[in-house]
Amino acid sequence: MRTGWNQCNTGLMEIILAILVGVLYTAGVYMLLRRSILKFIIGIIFMSNATNLLVFLAAGIKPGSPAFVDEGATAAGLADPLPQALVLTAIVIGLGIIVFILALKYKFFEATGTDDLDQLKSTEE
Amino acid sequence: MAALALPVIFPLFMMILLIIFRSRTFARWAGIAGSLALVSISVYLFVRLDRQPVLVLQAGGWEAPFGISLVMDRLSGLMLLVTSILLLAISIYSVSFLGKERYGRVFHIFFFSLSMGVNGAFITGDVFNLYVWFEVMLLSSFVLIALGCSREQLKGSIKYIALNLLGSLLFLAGIGLLYGKTGTLNMAHLAEILRGDNQAHLVSSSAVFFFIAFGIKAALFPFYFWLPASYHTPNITVTSLFAGLLTKVGVYALIRFFTLFFVQDQEFWHNLLLMVAGLTMVLGGMAATSFYETRRILSYHIISQIGYMVMGLGIYTPLGIAGAIYFTMHNMIAKTNTFLVAGVISRMKGSFDLKQVGGLYKQHPFLAFLFIVPAFALAGVPPLSGFFAKFILIKAGIDASRFGIAAVALFTGMLTLYSMIKIWNEAFLKKPPEKGEMVHAPLRPGIFELVPSVILGLVSLLMGILAAPVFEYTMEAARGLLDPSLYIETVLYGGKP
Repeated sequence: MRTGWNQCNTGLMEIILAILVGVLYTAGVYMLLRRSILKFIIGIIFMSNATNLLVFLAAGIKPGSPAFVDEGATAAGLADPLPQALVLTAIVIGLGIIVFILALKYKFFEATGTDDLDQLKSTEE
Repeated sequence: MAALALPVIFPLFMMILLIIFRSRTFARWAGIAGSLALVSISVYLFVRLDRQPVLVLQAGGWEAPFGISLVMDRLSGLMLLVTSILLLAISIYSVSFLGKERYGRVFHIFFFSLSMGVNGAFITGDVFNLYVWFEVMLLSSFVLIALGCSREQLKGSIKYIALNLLGSLLFLAGIGLLYGKTGTLNMAHLAEILRGDNQAHLVSSSAVFFFIAFGIKAALFPFYFWLPASYHTPNITVTSLFAGLLTKVGVYALIRFFTLFFVQDQEFWHNLLLMVAGLTMVLGGMAATSFYETRRILSYHIISQIGYMVMGLGIYTPLGIAGAIYFTMHNMIAKTNTFLVAGVISRMKGSFDLKQVGGLYKQHPFLAFLFIVPAFALAGVPPLSGFFAKFILIKAGIDASRFGIAAVALFTGMLTLYSMIKIWNEAFLKKPPEKGEMVHAPLRPGIFELVPSVILGLVSLLMGILAAPVFEYTMEAARGLLDPSLYIETVLYGGKP
């Protein structure tokens, strides 16, 4: 009974998460293509969250089972702790990068007084 | 093999020192001393490699597929060695080019963090760990490219950051999918699972993610636009550092991944790699001919020459891979050297624009000599390193009946020669322009400006004169890449079968 409920739950959760990843990627790409740098940063945040969820989802989700167990437990009842560690690392790295680009955006605004990515074309000439 | 952690730990130690001691003079000398130490570390590891072709360190004592393995084979050894020589040259060069800037100390901190990232990427044996080193490298390069915060630089760095961040995200997505399918991220373990598995084509979706991610880092054909948009903006020391190291790490990762475990569906991947390589070469080379600014010409050349390295990977014979490795080493040295000389030229003449400089041959024949060595090495004139690098690649192409790419490579060689001769004619032979009054009196380049070029020029020359042993070594490295059974065994089972 309990395992059956869990399986059903897993399937539903995977579908919901997959849709969420898709929505986040779409929103991220849409924001990336806007002209404003701030919106670009928001797009990057969306996409980085989508990627984190994708890593988490692709590695398989397993409800109701612990990641750390006593000695002698079999692998079947275990959840894989590694994807969580990977995602955690990725979140921390993502945070650092977002903070850096926000600071850079501020400096850029100070120097040029614009938030418009189209103004950047001028260096290409 | 605990010494294997040194190329990563030592730069970290230097960073901490530089953060504690806040003197600019200290930073300068610590930069040189630290780079010297890095050279000796990589020489030591390189010598150790002779006795034992694959060195492994299981970090934290965790057994192979579970912990992070640091692995060094011949390819990593060569890359580490060349990187450390470059770092030494640039640390000397930075003394005069950054010495008076107020951000000199910050440069040195991130100089070491960049070298930590690059070294880590070269010796890691774990895909996620590679991602982390890429991020270390990327964040340091973000800081370095924006150092000084001039308008131009900020514009350049936004473009640089935008595309590189996308690359990292795709890299991470690829890792997620790969882990979902194989349940491991250890490169040797992945190789064991995926080589000889008849369903291995299922990982092609992750392979595409990795290809695009590394393509962005390496500035391959459809993804190279960030490079020429940003490399001409920062201080010339930073540009030289980037030119030598960053894109080559992307190439290294491509070579590692597509020889070690993405070996399924070879026909498709090799044709794709060759096509991309050809387009990268030609477009980069042609774009370079249309500019009169040394840094822009040289930036487009970086792209053009990435094409050659990927061409060697696409040919996928031992000779082709050996050519790719030889070319990468040669290019790291020679390309950085041309940037260093371009910096000295602009120092003496106050401009990077070729139309406003001239007559340098009369003014400083030795500098002319220092320029001609890397420039002719890049163009592929014997007996310098570039000739042999291109010769091996083109011979590998003809041997493997890939005539199209061999022809493209020969054609691009002419474009390179044209651009190098253009810089030579305009900067060194032409009479100085009359109305372009010099902003300040011509400076005589000092020892700190010339010594780095001398070191790198000597390496280019030696790689040409000693081409046979160097080639033999790269050939060994290539064989080790194409038949990684020793690599897999050493990492997973500690060398015991």
